[in-house]
Amino acid sequence: MTVGTRYAFFPGCSLESTGWDLDRSTRAICRALGIELVDIPDWVCCGSTPAHTSNATLSVALPVMNLLKARELGLPVLTACASCYARLRTANDTVQDDPEERARAERVTGKPYHGGVVVRHLLDVLVNDLGVDAVRAKVRRPLTGMKVACYYGCLLTRPPRIVAFDDAEHPSCMEELVTAIGAEPVQWPFQTECCGASLAITRAEIVNRLSHRLLSMARLAGADCLSVACPLCESNLDLRQADAAKAHGPIPDTPVLYITQLLGLALGLSNAELGLDALTVSAEPMLAASGV
Amino acid sequence: MPDTLEWQTGSFLKDVERRSGTPVGACFQCHKCSTGCPIAPDMDLLSSQVMRMIHLGQEGSVLESRAIWLCASCEACTTRCPMQIDVAAVMDSLRMMAVERKVELGDPRGEQFNRSFLQSVCRHGRVFELGMMVAYKIRSRDFWTDAEKSGKMFSKGKLSLLPKRSGSAWEVARLFRRAEEEEKKR
Repeated sequence: MTVGTRYAFFPGCSLESTGWDLDRSTRAICRALGIELVDIPDWVCCGSTPAHTSNATLSVALPVMNLLKARELGLPVLTACASCYARLRTANDTVQDDPEERARAERVTGKPYHGGVVVRHLLDVLVNDLGVDAVRAKVRRPLTGMKVACYYGCLLTRPPRIVAFDDAEHPSCMEELVTAIGAEPVQWPFQTECCGASLAITRAEIVNRLSHRLLSMARLAGADCLSVACPLCESNLDLRQADAAKAHGPIPDTPVLYITQLLGLALGLSNAELGLDALTVSAEPMLAASGV
Repeated sequence: MPDTLEWQTGSFLKDVERRSGTPVGACFQCHKCSTGCPIAPDMDLLSSQVMRMIHLGQEGSVLESRAIWLCASCEACTTRCPMQIDVAAVMDSLRMMAVERKVELGDPRGEQFNRSFLQSVCRHGRVFELGMMVAYKIRSRDFWTDAEKSGKMFSKGKLSLLPKRSGSAWEVARLFRRAEEEEKKR
């Protein structure tokens, strides 16, 4: 596989607000690993779930508008958000597969687009382009002894026809990275179970149930923390952890970190460079215990 | 002239298949979608029941169900269906049809959230979380859920008082207008 080092970066709305620490830590580790990110100028929202559940044309046209901007940069797109990733890839698939939908998207955006811009998730680039060995070579502070439950959630691996960089039911790329930085991935059965996503806003009680189930299982498997790669997973498991415990029984405080934050710690970056103070359940006690 | 099945059950199955682009008629009730569904315990209809009721033309019960609004779009059903039915896409189409056909929505909050979110995107080109949440709270009259979290979110820098507008916001507004026109023609 050709190794690209420059990407058109699509941050997405969450990375400017609830997931600003994912934005900061992604940029920090990419700098440290020699991956250059060029922000897509004037990028717009991908439409996320509200678009694909209420206006099919919009759910293709919004991602296409961003892909057209990336095409002008002449670079493949890299995104760190699981939902943006799935929406951009789905739009590419739709315009490639369905001439009627493509014609619709072209009428709406006013420009021809046949789905040629490549869209990658950060995890895919780290594991399959840069390679786990290259990451291991840059580790300055191995996270020895830290037990991590790698949580992929839904959209990094589903549906496999669209995303396809890892196995849909038993993915392993995050475990490979966690191993490379000296930590220990735990075996647990809920790697790809859903956290309830945006039901957090409309039906928080469902998210509390699902988050409680995920956090308890991670603890049962012996994890000290969870590693995630999606701003909505992070928020549902971290910001809502106290609500989940209140509704369904106590769980020991369990930090939920972005994989980028864990990698950054191992690469020797500071807590501030990784936005660790954005976490609701602080990672400090765990880091102190592991001597990081 | 309608075929025999359509004569008996109406055109609902065909409508859903056309809208979702997926062969709902191929469902043979293995229930794999329902067994893997994380939201199943909260649903009034299981996803496999939704598929069967579409076969039977039970349009009202399906479009008025809570289930179609509780689907989290996690794609587990779509991934596992042995007949390659895109079950999650069917749920999307059913939500759109429920709104278009002006039925009484089984869970109006889903539609209220969608509208609040997309209105924010249409205005700023990106989601302005605070504005979106205020709009949603007014629509749903659900003022108290998470109200206590806003202070913490401000102090952690997760909510801002002003929108971060995209330089292409005006283009997005035009794109919304055109997309709505296109949807009407479906």
